[in-house]
Amino acid sequence: MREIKSREHKNKIYLYRETQIVSDSTTSPDVEGDLVINVGPQHPATHGVLHLVISLNGETIKKVEPHLGYIHRSIEKMCESLSYRQFIYVTSRMDYLSSHINNHGCAICVEKGLQIEVPPRAQVIRVLMDELTRLASHQLWWGAMAMDVGALTPFFLAFREREMINDIMEETCGARLTMNYMVPGGVMVDIHPNFQRKVKEFITHFKNKIDEYDELVTGNVIFQNRTKGVGYISKEDAISYGMTGPSARGSGVKCDIRKLYPYEVYNKVEFDEIIETEGDSFARYIVRMKEMRQSLSIVEQLIDKIPEGDFQAKTKAVLKLPKGEFYSRVETARGEFGVYIVSEGGTTPYRIKFRSPGFSNLSALDKMTRGGKIGDLIATMGTLDLVIPDIDR
Amino acid sequence: MDLKPGIQNNPFPGEVQPTPSGGILVTAIDDVINWARSNSLWPLVFGTSCCAIEMMSTASAKYDWSRFGFEVTRATPRQADVIIIAGTIVNKMAPALKRLYDQMADPKYVIAMGACAISGGPFFYNTYSVVKGADHVIPVDVYVAGCPPRPEALLNSLITLQKKIKAGMTREQIRNESKNETK
Amino acid sequence: MTNEELKIKLSELLSTVTFEEAGQWLNVNMDPKDWLSFAGSLRNHPELNFDYLFCLTCIDWKTHLSMVYHLESTQYRHTIVIKSKLDRNQPQIESASYIWRTAEFHEREVYELFGVNFLNHPDLRLLILPDGWEGKFPLRKDFEDPVNMIRL
Repeated sequence: MREIKSREHKNKIYLYRETQIVSDSTTSPDVEGDLVINVGPQHPATHGVLHLVISLNGETIKKVEPHLGYIHRSIEKMCESLSYRQFIYVTSRMDYLSSHINNHGCAICVEKGLQIEVPPRAQVIRVLMDELTRLASHQLWWGAMAMDVGALTPFFLAFREREMINDIMEETCGARLTMNYMVPGGVMVDIHPNFQRKVKEFITHFKNKIDEYDELVTGNVIFQNRTKGVGYISKEDAISYGMTGPSARGSGVKCDIRKLYPYEVYNKVEFDEIIETEGDSFARYIVRMKEMRQSLSIVEQLIDKIPEGDFQAKTKAVLKLPKGEFYSRVETARGEFGVYIVSEGGTTPYRIKFRSPGFSNLSALDKMTRGGKIGDLIATMGTLDLVIPDIDR
Repeated sequence: MDLKPGIQNNPFPGEVQPTPSGGILVTAIDDVINWARSNSLWPLVFGTSCCAIEMMSTASAKYDWSRFGFEVTRATPRQADVIIIAGTIVNKMAPALKRLYDQMADPKYVIAMGACAISGGPFFYNTYSVVKGADHVIPVDVYVAGCPPRPEALLNSLITLQKKIKAGMTREQIRNESKNETK
Repeated sequence: MTNEELKIKLSELLSTVTFEEAGQWLNVNMDPKDWLSFAGSLRNHPELNFDYLFCLTCIDWKTHLSMVYHLESTQYRHTIVIKSKLDRNQPQIESASYIWRTAEFHEREVYELFGVNFLNHPDLRLLILPDGWEGKFPLRKDFEDPVNMIRL
């Protein structure tokens, strides 16, 4: 194994939390006498492998520096040798909590290149799966965020509801977490006959539960003290840092791709875009709780109106995109996910770039947490809802 | 998954000889120690990517793993017995994984969960940064296949690890035995 | 603003731009040495107001490299794509991280994967690759690594 290099600078005290590796060649200047500690890469609160190097003055944070790359799987290089039907399923391992939505974005990009028209039944099924995935992702976020702040019970409650959605997905798609279901042109198989009945049962069950969630955590005095006024970012800074999704909507930025550039049947359902203006962690929390209700109402509107017809458009077996560039944008549970394909006319793409929402959201972490304490940093990271494989790709 | 025939599969090792005021248990110390170790393994919180979500599902209420003794998940390796490698290991993370393994106290066991930890998984071809299998870094006792494996598969692997410990067949125990023999 | 109005406005700001309209959005080709002043005026001009940079990447055509910036305005909702060609042996361009703060991380990533030198970047070093990968640029087309990469 390679040797571990240590930083040499006099008057520095190194204290390792969970003693992990410190061998990155950081050369950024610190003031002498600062306390530098590591959070991660293996740490229960980092939602993956994120290594933060924090410079402290006493207990007040002076600078937070994220070190990424502990799960960099070189997906962009790998996709240059995969065909257009194969690369879609690698993206569901990137942001694994909104795996359907990632696949959907890739399928839309390939369809733009080949000018394929998706049949209406497939469009409605895709939107239903997207919204169920968004619900499942927000449920897990709620459980994990409450666990970061210190409450352990919401974690088990969140997983109990998530298992209901996983069962529904498993009957139709065949898998619980990385459902390889979207293909360019529609969906891979038709929905199971039990799908509509089970989703309706889930809707009636979850409507009571979401009020229970609000009672448990949102109104809790300790939780509100931990999150109100913490991790503030203004609207202009949020746009400049490229933040999207519920993290930016908590600061007043209108950025929901489902409203601005509607795709599939989003222009035919009624739902609100939730905007809060305070810009702190509690506002981001409220945005996600309200988004869960909106997703539930979209599922309710669409579940009885699935049109008959094909579930997949007819396409050739081997897809070849024409020469050019194509970009597609979808709204995942974390923000705007972009797929940029540069094609030279072959069966594999020449260059693919995935614009992931977490990458830009993370770059604003330093701005949001300066001057706070370490507990505030953990609460802020919880509301940013980061999934690290999405950032490192 | 196939263990040699003739291994002990009793709930409690040894025989009880009945005497008027209770009973006397006759057994071997090794068997009792193995039984005790296998029924209270504490896993380390280590999940890098998608398999970590299935690990969390196994820990929660529907597929509860604390029925088998994996009650407390420790955040620090100094207090953990099992490390469940859930997720892909890349070149940058490998020294951290080795360091975690070295910090765990004996006896320690390793479960490789998911296709990525077994052999690099879907990221085997044409990647420059993935370690093709966690057993290039640390010795592994049980492999669980799947992408991601179902929670029931993970529970099956935990039960297999328990059986291996009771039979004295994990790498740790084999290494200790051969060390004792050469002395 | 429509594509025609954008073309007129952008030609006023910088006279050496050329346009292509083959794709979804208006593509603007420009020289890398004019980038900083052009970017500043794109951001600050009251009728353009491009304040949201949502994608910054680089493409390796085998004879040269080309930088691609996707810009959008949250006020007027128009989108353009800016491309500029860089010399393959010595690729460098001004950094835009003081104009759009999101460019800081994106440019670090392009630096380590392609080797483009960003002038006046506040902190240009490796982001997602491990130590010791400074000279190798993995996403270039001529990258060879017989140890790690197993070809199908």
